[in-house]
This record gives sequence, C-alpha cells and structure tokens, in this order.
Amino acid sequence: MRRFLARHYWVTGLAVLFVLMLGLTRIIQPGFGISGLESVTRAALPYAFATAAMSITIIAGGIELSVASMMAVGGTLSAVLMAKWGVAGTVPALLVVMLAGAAMGAVNGVAVVLSRVPDIVVTLAMMYVWGGVALLILNGPGGTATPWLRELILGQVPLPGLRWLPQAALVMAVVIGGIWWSLRRSKLGLSIYAIGSDQTAAFRSGVAVGPTRVAAYAIGGMLAALGGLSLTLSTGVGEPIPGPYLMASVAAAVLGGVALTGGIGGILGPVIAVFILRLARLDLTLMSVDPNVTTIVEGTIMAVVVMIGGLVALREKRR
Amino acid sequence: MAATGDPILKAEGIAKSFGAVRALRDARLTLHRGEIVALMGANGAGKSTFVKILTGALRHDGGEITLNGRPCRFASPAAARRAGLIPVYQEPALIPDLDVAMNLRLGGTPVEAFLARVRELGVDDLRLDDMIRALPLATLRILDIARALAAEPDVLLLDEVTAALPTDLVKRVLAAVRAEADRGRAIIYISHRFSEIADICDRATVLRDGAKVGDLAVEPGIEEEVVELMLGQKLDAATQVARAPVQAGTIGPPQLELRGLSVAGRVENVSFTLRAGEVLGVVGLEGQGQDELFDAIAGFRRPDAGQVLIDGAPVRLRDPADAIAAGITLVPGNRAEALAMIRSVRDNIALPGVARARNWGAIPMRAEAARVQAAVERLQIDTRAMGEVRRLSGGNQQKVTIGRWIAHGVRTLLLFDPTRGIDVRTKRQIYQLCRDLAAQGAAILYYTSELAEVEQACDRTIVIFGGRLVDEIPAGEADEAHLLRAAYGLTARDRETAAGAPA
Amino acid sequence: MSDASLQPDGPGRRALLWLRETPIIALIVLLVALVALLEYLSPGIVNERWIGNTVKFAIPLAMLAACQTLTMYTGGIDLSAAAVATITGFVMATLVPHFGQGWGIFIALVPAVLIGLLNGFGVAICRVHPLIMTLGSGLIGIGCLQVYQRYTIATGSEVAPVLEWLGTGRTRSVPNALFLFVPFAAFVFFVQNRTGFGRMLYAAGANERAARLSGLRPWQLYFALYVLVALIAGVTGLLYAGIIRTTSLSLADPLLLPSVAAAVIGGTSIFGGRGSYAGTIVGALILTVLGTLLTLLQMPEGARRIIFGGIILLVTAIYVRLTDNG
Repeated sequence: MRRFLARHYWVTGLAVLFVLMLGLTRIIQPGFGISGLESVTRAALPYAFATAAMSITIIAGGIELSVASMMAVGGTLSAVLMAKWGVAGTVPALLVVMLAGAAMGAVNGVAVVLSRVPDIVVTLAMMYVWGGVALLILNGPGGTATPWLRELILGQVPLPGLRWLPQAALVMAVVIGGIWWSLRRSKLGLSIYAIGSDQTAAFRSGVAVGPTRVAAYAIGGMLAALGGLSLTLSTGVGEPIPGPYLMASVAAAVLGGVALTGGIGGILGPVIAVFILRLARLDLTLMSVDPNVTTIVEGTIMAVVVMIGGLVALREKRR
Repeated sequence: MAATGDPILKAEGIAKSFGAVRALRDARLTLHRGEIVALMGANGAGKSTFVKILTGALRHDGGEITLNGRPCRFASPAAARRAGLIPVYQEPALIPDLDVAMNLRLGGTPVEAFLARVRELGVDDLRLDDMIRALPLATLRILDIARALAAEPDVLLLDEVTAALPTDLVKRVLAAVRAEADRGRAIIYISHRFSEIADICDRATVLRDGAKVGDLAVEPGIEEEVVELMLGQKLDAATQVARAPVQAGTIGPPQLELRGLSVAGRVENVSFTLRAGEVLGVVGLEGQGQDELFDAIAGFRRPDAGQVLIDGAPVRLRDPADAIAAGITLVPGNRAEALAMIRSVRDNIALPGVARARNWGAIPMRAEAARVQAAVERLQIDTRAMGEVRRLSGGNQQKVTIGRWIAHGVRTLLLFDPTRGIDVRTKRQIYQLCRDLAAQGAAILYYTSELAEVEQACDRTIVIFGGRLVDEIPAGEADEAHLLRAAYGLTARDRETAAGAPA
Repeated sequence: MSDASLQPDGPGRRALLWLRETPIIALIVLLVALVALLEYLSPGIVNERWIGNTVKFAIPLAMLAACQTLTMYTGGIDLSAAAVATITGFVMATLVPHFGQGWGIFIALVPAVLIGLLNGFGVAICRVHPLIMTLGSGLIGIGCLQVYQRYTIATGSEVAPVLEWLGTGRTRSVPNALFLFVPFAAFVFFVQNRTGFGRMLYAAGANERAARLSGLRPWQLYFALYVLVALIAGVTGLLYAGIIRTTSLSLADPLLLPSVAAAVIGGTSIFGGRGSYAGTIVGALILTVLGTLLTLLQMPEGARRIIFGGIILLVTAIYVRLTDNG
C-alpha cells in the first residue's frame, strides 16, 4: 500500500481533491446529486478525449496543438455522415470518423518525422490546416446526430446497482480506458514512453523511433476525432469552429501529472484533472459568478498550472 | 583460462576518414574465447572511432572484421547486436521513466536469466517494478551489464563501465567480468584505470594515431611500457614556441582561488590558486571532472561545497553573468557552445559588449567596428568569408571565441581544450597568445587534452583524476611522459607509496 | 554534417544558399509575379487606388507581424498579439468618449503592457514555451475583455478621430497609415540592427548558451521583449480600429495566422537567430495580394486556412533543410 502510494501519489492526491470538490459542490448546492454528476460528466466527455489525445502525444515527447481542430473535423464529419447515411449508416460513419482521426494524426506525425521541424511548429500549422478542413466539411453548424447514439451518453446506466453511474462515464471508461489499457500492455505503449523519456536510450534498446512517434500521433488523432464525435452527440449538430480544448487539454494533462518533457504520466490523472477543472467551473457558476469571470478564472488556473509545470521542469533540468 | 582456438573476433587494417582527417589508418584487434583484451590509447588515438565501427555505429572505409570466422559489416547497432556483439557504455541505455520489467520487455531480454545475472553481480534488493529513474547510477550500470550478459553475447564490449562506481561494486563487476571470460566469453575492456586492467585483462592492445602499435600480455610493470607505446616518438619541432623562461617577478598576487570545491559528485574537494600573470595548466583523462570544474568556475553549475575567491574575496557565482562581472571568462571546449554559428564574425566578437542590459541601447557602431578589427588583426583571423561564423575553419572559429574576450579585456581566462581539432599554425598562435596575455597580467587556467602543449603554454600544471587534484607539476618537469603517468594516477600512487608505506 | 561541408558547391546548392542569404529579392519577384497574375485574371484591377488599398491593409498585418518577427529572432512566437490588438482597440473606443483622444489612447495601452508582463513572466521566469504561454494569456485577455464589455456596453464607444484619419484618410492618394508605419518600420530596423537589444535577440535565438557565456541574463531579455511586442500589438490594434472604424471582440483575430505566415515567408527563422523585418514587410504585402487573389477565385475560408497552414509548414521545412546542409 505504501509502495502504491509512493508511486501513484499524484493520482491519489487528485482523486482525493476530486472527492473534496464533489463535497464542496454539494455544500454550495445541496440539490447536487446524481443528475448533477451526470451533466458534469457529459460536459467533461469531449475534454476527456482531448486530454487523452494531448497526454499521449506529450508522453511520446511531442505536443498536439491541432487537437481542437481535429475535434472539429471529427465533429463535422460525423454530423454530416450521420445526416447523410441515416440511422442504418451510423456504425460505418463511426468507423470512418475513427479512421479519419487516425489518418489526421498520422499525417501530423509523418510531417514531424520527415520535416524535422519541431512538433510544436508542425502541429501549429496543422491546427490551421485541420481547422480549414472542418470549415470545408461544414461552413456553419449543421448535420445531425443519430438519436440512439445520442442516448448512449445521456442519463444513467440502466443496470441494477449502477443507476448512479452516468452513461457518459461508462463510455469514457470503455473507450479511453480500453485504448489505454491495450496500449499499456503492448510493446508499442512501452516504446511510446521510451522515446519520450530518452530517445538515445530507446534507440539503443532497439525501438524504431520514427514509426513509434507516428503511431502516437495517430492514436492521438483518433482520440481527438472521437472527442469531436462526442461533442456532436451532446449538442446534436456538427460545429466547424474549434472549441477551447487546446489550452484546457494541455492544462489538464499537466495538472494530471504528465510532464511536458515527455515520458512521464498516465491517463487516469489527466482524466481526473478534467473533472476537477469542470467541477471548479460548475462551482463558480453555482456561486453565481459571472460566466465570463469564470472563463478568466479557468484560464488563469490553466496558465498557472502550465507555469508551475514549467518551473518544475526547469528544476528537474538543473538537478 | 587461456585463450584457445581460432579468434572469435578479428579486425584487420581498419581505416576510417572524416573528410580530410584520417581517424584510423590500421587498427587491429584479435580476440579469442575466454579472453579479456584491454583496448588502450591516449586521447585522439582513434579508440572511440574504432569502438563505434566494431559496434556498428559507424562504417569503416577499409579493412576487414570477422566474427566467428565470417566477414561482417554491421549496418547498425542492432545488426551488431544480432550478430552477437553487445556493447555496454558509460551512460546506461535504460529508459529512465520505465520500470525494470518494462525495460527488459522493450529490449526482449529474458527475465530469469537477467535476474540471475543481477544477483551474481551483487544487487540483491532489486524489484522488477523499481523505476529506473529512482535507481542509483551504480545499480544502473550493473543492470545494463546484466542485461547484456542475459542475451548471451559472443563478444561483450565494456566501455568505461566502472567510472563513478564505488569501490566494492567495481570489485564485484570486475570479478563477474572475469568469471564470464573464464566461462568462455570474449570481452573487450576499455578503461583508464591501470589497476583494473592489471586485475582482469589477459592482453592489452594499444592504439596510437589510428593504428595498432602494440599488443602485449598483461603482467606486473606493464604500465611504463604502455605509456611509452601510447606516446611514441612525437616530438614535433614545429610546435615549439620561443618563450622566455618564467620570471618570478612577472607572477603577481593570487587572482582566482578555489577552496575545497565539490561539484555534483564529479569534482571533490579541489583547491588551487591561480596568480595574475600565470598560465596554470590542467590535465586529466576524459571525464575526470574537468568539465564540471570549469563549468562551476564559469557560473554554469553551482558547487555543492567550497568557495571561489577573486582577489582574495569570496564571490558567489550563480550565473555566468556573475562570473563575467567578476572578470572570469570561459572559452569552452565545444566551439558550437560558444558561438552563434549563424551570425557574423563581428556579431560574435562584439557580443560581450552588448550582452548586459545596460548596454542594450544604441551601439556605437564605429567604436565597435574598431574594437572588432583590432581583435581580428591581433589574432590574424581569416575573415575573407565575413559571413556566418560556421563558414570559417575550426582554427578561425576558435580565434573568434578567444578574440571576443581580447576585444573586451581579459582578466581571468578559462581555456578548455582550446586547440582541439585545429591546425598546427593556429595552435602555435594560441600558445603565443597565452604567453602574451599572461605577460600583460592576465591569469589563465588552461585545460588541454594534448599533453605536449603543457610545455609550450603553461607555467605550472595540476593533474585531475577521479574528480580530485592528484598532483602538481612545475614547468621544468612537465614533459609528456611524466604528465601521462600523472594523468593515469600513477605518480600519485608512487608518492603515496613513497610517503606512506615503509616497505 | 562535416562531410557535407567538404563537398564542392554545385550550382543548385549555390542558388539555394543565395536564396537563403538574400530572401528579399526572391520575395519581391514573387510579389511582382502575384500582382501580374492578378492583373492577368482581372485586367484593370491594378491601379493607384488598388495599390493604396493593398498598402493600407498590409500595414496592420506587417505591424502585427513585427511581434512575430521580433519574438522569432529568439526562437519564440507571440500568439497573444491578436488578442492584445483587439483589447487595445476595444478599450480605446470605450474610453475616448470619457477621457478624450489623448488619454483614451494612452490608458488603452495599459492592458497591453499587462499582458506583455504576464507573457514575460511566464516565458522568462517559468520558462514556459512561448507558444503555450502566449496562447493562454491571449485567452485570459479575451475573457477579461468580455467581462469589461458587459460593464461598458451602455456607455457607448467611439474610435478616436485621429485614428480614423490615420486608418482611412489619404494625403494626395498616399494612405495616411504610412505616417505611422514609416517611423515604426524605421524604429524596428534601428532596434534589430543598431541596438544591443536587437543584437542579443539574434544571439539568444542563435545560441542561448553562447549569449550567456558573453554575459547575458536571458530572462531580462525575454521579459523586455515580450513587453515590447505587446506594446507593438497594442498600437497595431489602435490603427486597425481606425481602419475598420469600429471595434468588436474579435477585431484582430483574422490577422493572427497571417502575421505568423508573413514573418515565416519573409525569411525569419522560427528557430531563431535569423531574419529581417524587411522580409516580413514584403511577406505581409504578398499575403495581402494573395488574399485578394483567393477572394477573386472565390476560395472558401476553409481552403484559405489550409493554404496558410500549409505555407507555414512548407516554408519552415525548407528552411530546416537549408540550414542543415549549409
């Protein structure tokens, strides 16, 4: 137990903070219960996907600035396809969206590897490219979402004993958790950590650095596209303008224990961090703070988190 | 166990050139099963190039390598590994943010064999879920060696694996290496420590100027012979600088003084005094702490303990800017660190004049041009290509880094291997420049990897070995052979023996 | 690396080297070619009035691109520039009815300086990557502006007449904006070529360790730099508000990516140490003409973004190749 805590103290701390935040919310709004948890989870879903995509690229030693744009592509593409193919074509549409996401990520990764331009510059340029693609798919909000798919992230799990658990949380656990779990067990997952941690040592240990990097970006792209899909599902239409997911995902990743220098962190911490940041926003709203002020507070929290992350990295380097 | 049968690894006539520089001309090595061969050579003998070729990190231009009787040409480190030749380097090739088990899975190492090796090497408390980052360097070395052994290589190449290991672990590692050889494995062993070589090696192959110059059985008293082989006959009359003998009167008061300086475990309790008008030489083998020592004096690293004094007063050097304000300026060994390569010669030389915030205003262009011109003329920098500094030759680049301080005044100058990889004429100019600057009252600390330079440039020489000052040699005695023995820690042992043991 | 330097220069390589050393000539050729293409596609479009308009719209772009150029000299970038410009323009318009032109404009620059200080703190002290830091500070700034807007919505707003005169007026068919831009460009040239500050920007970008070895304390440089570029962005916002003659919460947003593109196309290396503001000015003109061309071809907004992003990626990749082999 002590050993577990020593190794996972950050995630444990976040989980405790999350529970405290739940309690705080309850104090501010005594009516906060199962339905409140459900709406928080549903709002957190796209953020969780964005954060997972960001985390995996940062762990691989890169960064994915085009995450919000790829989400916009995933969202518009899914809305358009579901509108066009109808209920019967929903599953093929899902597959196409996932493939398109993986392809976008792979393009980013290949561009990073081949151009030898730093990740941060490549994905900055791709942020505009994918944003443009989303605008070409839909010039304004449009398309539709298949109802049964929408219901998948609505309400609670209709199973005895789990009626408190939001469906969205289950989706999150199955999709993100599933991808992450299979990754952690595969050699690819190890290689991703290895190239982010120490590229030379990874090369000497026989890791194919370039392909691993492309794979990390491809998985990130797929997660981002799924995030866009989840956004379409919760609003019912595809939105071509990228949302505020870039800064939010970087902040949640850093707060969740992912080191900007690469190689360190997991997925559980960042996802809990997403919930903490969402709850913070909810609490401010419940305290009837001006929503614009809430945005500022949120932005400031994120900036402070990133700055502290920078200072920590600096201290590590000096050591 | 004695070597038997046909050699398992044989390298003959290996040659390698980098552009016009011939790093290797005729390197040779033979290795039998059950044998440990020490590969030796002074700095620049071509040792590291040879190692890179053997392990597949570089391709050779000429010559032949045969492994197990088959000719080989390794395309990559992975190919060499598959053929049965596994290297272990000074820097462990383990991923810091993964645990032990994950590292093993990454390289496809069998866990049971690995754990057996680890226990044999004397690490009992290893857990497979220990994070690499949390383990001490000594353990990592052991793990790296155990991982290599678990793959059952035909040939194991150990490159300075005992550096910075505590004595008891060194003994364990040496014993394990010897035991491996006795079981029939062939091992190439590279080390700066004669005592280790005497303990475990069967033969020593010596390289000089890119060619094998000797191959001798290891036996007591071999040190002198090896040193002679490494030196050869390289008295180069062209590099002699006409210099006046040091006159006591020209040496001034203490300018830079170190008291018990310790840095990051690499420099321990170093004290010396550098006087105005003096050129103090520093010699040491690679990686003996000289990099950290110079970095600490220049303000790039904070010492763990000890004091730096300027003109007798202690100073705190928290940043290079502090050191420069105190008159200490560093010319680093790697020119790529010192120069803004894509900027012009003028920009680079004029840099210290505008670096401080108070000089960020309008540049007095005429005065700056005159100042740069004076430095260029004094150092005879060839600026026909007045464009980017990286278009200059190595020698001219080095002159630019030194010229930067000539143009802005020199008080205490730290030169770290300033003649590395530059032509003889420029070398001579740099020695002469040191003498001239010292004559004008500057204090110069001069690390060099070329021992022959010491006689040319330095008044006095200190020797660093394993992070400690082990010897101080006055100008008259600083011939190359003496310095090399000192750099290998041999003279210090002599003195200890002479002073300590009555026998 | 060392092997490449020993190979003789072929004519193709020499041409590439020349292109890198003097990108400005190639850029001017490209600009002229674009104008010629425009005239070919729509004969008679290129006239005195068109040139005046192109220059007028290229000026705020070139000024905002100065923020990118100066930060790129150190290997940085300023993605908060558009937000700062928007905030300054907006705040100015709300203050002018109360405080008059002079004070209104002066006070409007205060938030710009504050954001500059925040960026400076994040980049110089915390060593956050400038891209992330400025992205975040821009978002915070816009958030603050939204709050500010709620409290000033009733007070009315008015763009200072002097700015409208600068932005839209002409003196003998020369856009008045040039009266601001020419001294501004002269100032930037002076800073980059003739001051110690400018010299250190290049040096820190080319090799920060070398700059430290010469006595630079990098945090001082970055702090000063990010405050300076925030001020420049603020002034750009004032001028842009004058050109558009109204303000909004997304006034300067459309200029952000083009400002990065203008600097990159102009030959300023995104890795630091190389470039000149002259190239950026031509880059801004090229982008403005290109914009006209794309409008003429009825290119949708999405395709434009793809083209801009693609240009940045392509040009940086080419510069990486050139620098590696040089």
